[in-house]
Amino acid sequence: MTQAPAIELKGISKAFGPVQANKDISIRVMPGTIHGIIGENGAGKSTLMSILYGFYKADAGEIFIAGEKKNITDSQTAIAAGIGMVFQHFKLVENFTVLENVVLGAEDSGLLKPSLARARRELKNLAEEYELNVDPDAVIQDVGVGMQQRVEILKALYRKADILILDEPTGVLTPAEADHLFRILENLRREGKTIILITHKLREIMEITDTVSVMRRGEMTATVKTSETNPAELAELMVGRKVLLRVDKAPAQIGRKILEVKDLNVTDAKGVHRLKGISFDVHAGEILGIAGVAGNGQSELLEVLGGYEKATGSIKMNGEEIDLTGAKSDGQSRRARGIAHVPEDRQREGLIMDFHAWENTGFGYHRDARYQKNALFMDNAALKKDTEEKMARFDVRPPDPTLAAKSFSGGNQQKIVLAREIERNPDLLLIGQPTRGVDIGAIEFIHQQIVALRDQGKAILLVSVELEEILSLSDRIAVMFDGKIMGERMPQNTDEKELGLLMAGMSGGDS
Amino acid sequence: MDVMPKWADVILIPVISIILAAILSALVILAIGENPWAALKLMVSGALGSTYGWGYTIYYATNFIFTGLAVAIAAQAKMFNIGGEGQALLGGLGVAIVCLYIPWPHWTVALIGAAAAAALFGAAWAAIPAFLQAKRGSHIVITTIMFNFIAAALLNFLLIGALKAPGMEPATSKFPEPAHLPSFQDMFNFGDTTFFRGAPANVTFFVALAACLFVWALVWRTRLGYEIRSFGESESAAKYAGISPTKIIMVTMLISGALAGMMAINNVQGEAERLVLNAAEGAGFIGIAVALMGRNHPFGVLLAALLFGFLYQGGAELALWTSIPRELIIVIQALVILFTGALDNMVRMPLERLFLAMRRA
Repeated sequence: MTQAPAIELKGISKAFGPVQANKDISIRVMPGTIHGIIGENGAGKSTLMSILYGFYKADAGEIFIAGEKKNITDSQTAIAAGIGMVFQHFKLVENFTVLENVVLGAEDSGLLKPSLARARRELKNLAEEYELNVDPDAVIQDVGVGMQQRVEILKALYRKADILILDEPTGVLTPAEADHLFRILENLRREGKTIILITHKLREIMEITDTVSVMRRGEMTATVKTSETNPAELAELMVGRKVLLRVDKAPAQIGRKILEVKDLNVTDAKGVHRLKGISFDVHAGEILGIAGVAGNGQSELLEVLGGYEKATGSIKMNGEEIDLTGAKSDGQSRRARGIAHVPEDRQREGLIMDFHAWENTGFGYHRDARYQKNALFMDNAALKKDTEEKMARFDVRPPDPTLAAKSFSGGNQQKIVLAREIERNPDLLLIGQPTRGVDIGAIEFIHQQIVALRDQGKAILLVSVELEEILSLSDRIAVMFDGKIMGERMPQNTDEKELGLLMAGMSGGDS
Repeated sequence: MDVMPKWADVILIPVISIILAAILSALVILAIGENPWAALKLMVSGALGSTYGWGYTIYYATNFIFTGLAVAIAAQAKMFNIGGEGQALLGGLGVAIVCLYIPWPHWTVALIGAAAAAALFGAAWAAIPAFLQAKRGSHIVITTIMFNFIAAALLNFLLIGALKAPGMEPATSKFPEPAHLPSFQDMFNFGDTTFFRGAPANVTFFVALAACLFVWALVWRTRLGYEIRSFGESESAAKYAGISPTKIIMVTMLISGALAGMMAINNVQGEAERLVLNAAEGAGFIGIAVALMGRNHPFGVLLAALLFGFLYQGGAELALWTSIPRELIIVIQALVILFTGALDNMVRMPLERLFLAMRRA
């Protein structure tokens, strides 16, 4: 091997207080390759990349770029060393054009015009070279997430990055957009760029990377050639034990109609038509999966069913009409009707992050008789006891009811919400993004709980942007695009490709 | 994980803030040629050195407990009620009306009646800004502060008109004898030794202590308190749980206004025994600093109110016995408010960094 590695990290360690986020990590990435870093949430992937990009300073260890030792103190020196980063949450100015965003922070002089002209020429070259086509004059807020991501990549390339780090890049993309992204990455690799891809999706690792490093609890547990490994082995390396990647479930025993939605329409406060005449049913003993790219009305659907968004149309729960004007019913009356709701965003809705776990256990059900001591006071002791029992049954770690919700990992936070909602024994469970930000070990557990509830004859409405999750859990799949249901499919008769087309708004005919 | 241990947040930061304010005040006193150490001794002896001094300190503190609690409970719902001053003025109006026009048989029933009226008037004054916030989204900070001016103007109008007693003063006539509240002097009179002689502290102080207990139980032990805190922590989560923002905003502000209004039983019924112009004397604004320093906790509010009571009484003594002008006393009080309230972050940030560094080491 004569060529120096594009990036070499030697013995990187970083601690936050008592938490060892990175422990003695060494890694070599050769130029012109795509290197995947996979690991559960909190495994230390993002910390490692933040050190490489100069956001954090390592407690120990050295960084070599193209064989040269570098002291990266901030993002400016990282950029100067040829490192570009595409964050999970884009860092773009919404009301600037594509061109302005690319130039921002990399202007040639005080005058903007020559910089913009140069950037326009450069963008054209890059677009041809790498299939990175964007409209330089489009305003960011008007373009889709796929193009926004390409702008982020262009920003890095415009700053002469040779090394590109992408943090969970496909989280917001449709399958087709993800394929496009991968084509771009392959083009970049062909031109000799080095790419580091951080992800928790095994499929992406297998599809595109040359080598892959697995992280677990701050340590690098393995670095292997992608061609010499398989998803099951990687999953085991990530979690530290054998993992069931497929969901085991018996055929559905479909019962009576629990939820009947007819011609549901929602117009939000800004006057945007979010739901455009949606109709569907959910039966007892059935999981109806709603697939779709985020932002196509799924959130509004859950909010309406959960009782905190107004709508027109008709919803019948157990045959009874529900008030949709918000006047006579709210989240409380929905719960009384047997609707439980695990919201999409547990940090914003499902939990109060600064509340203790025990306070969160009663959240939404705090008016229940069993949580009251008498007419005046709540029974905090009963809440704490209930929380302890729930934590034991749902294997929440650490099992301490007095910890604030924010002190738990994503998976354990989700288990607290799930325990609260499932143990109410609802007729209908609404569940949004059940495994977002949840580690593989907990995903398995959460999926089992959902299937177990279905097998008890409950109706479940599952909303997820993860197609794999929809395909493996659902007994029936509806695809949403732009506030409409594009079609319904049975999971055994469809595949990711067909669903992907529906998700992109291309109707597949029958439904 | 929290950056600092709780005790540092609750005790260390206020103590450091007070010391900083004291140092700066000392420099100011030094600059006008007085001895700061002597001034401090005078403040302590004047405010805490006799039952007479204590009687004033507690009287002021009672005002600040009510207005501090008013700010604190609104803050639990993440609302900033700076209308305590106006609500306290209206509370005074309520007290004056029931004391003047209802023939009370005994001070106990008069106290209950006046407290109810003060709470009702204070709550009513808070209700309009609360409604505008809940239904129209008008910011509560803006509306409550404007309502302070309206309250002052309204009181002026009534005190030179409908409620004015005969004579030159813009004030009501004295309340009838049965409506007078027992002062500490009446309560702690043991034959030959009389404590708190001539001091305005009165039975309302115990009402204030009860109010602290009430607010604590309400916020941390009841369903309503749980909903108020939920709403304050996260409005989106409250909506998900089926907690109505409109209801929480209204109820919290009504309680807040009622607490501010109840200050009037101390200053109007207990001390002045009539309603005068500008009866609240800025206590509504001091309540903001008190709540901030007390971390919106009733016990903290109690301690902070006592501190500010000390500053008020000690400051008055300074003005009386030294050549330090009255205006400078206000400067010193302002420095304490500035440091404990507005400049909280100035102390907090370096302290947080220190604790982080200590944890790393």
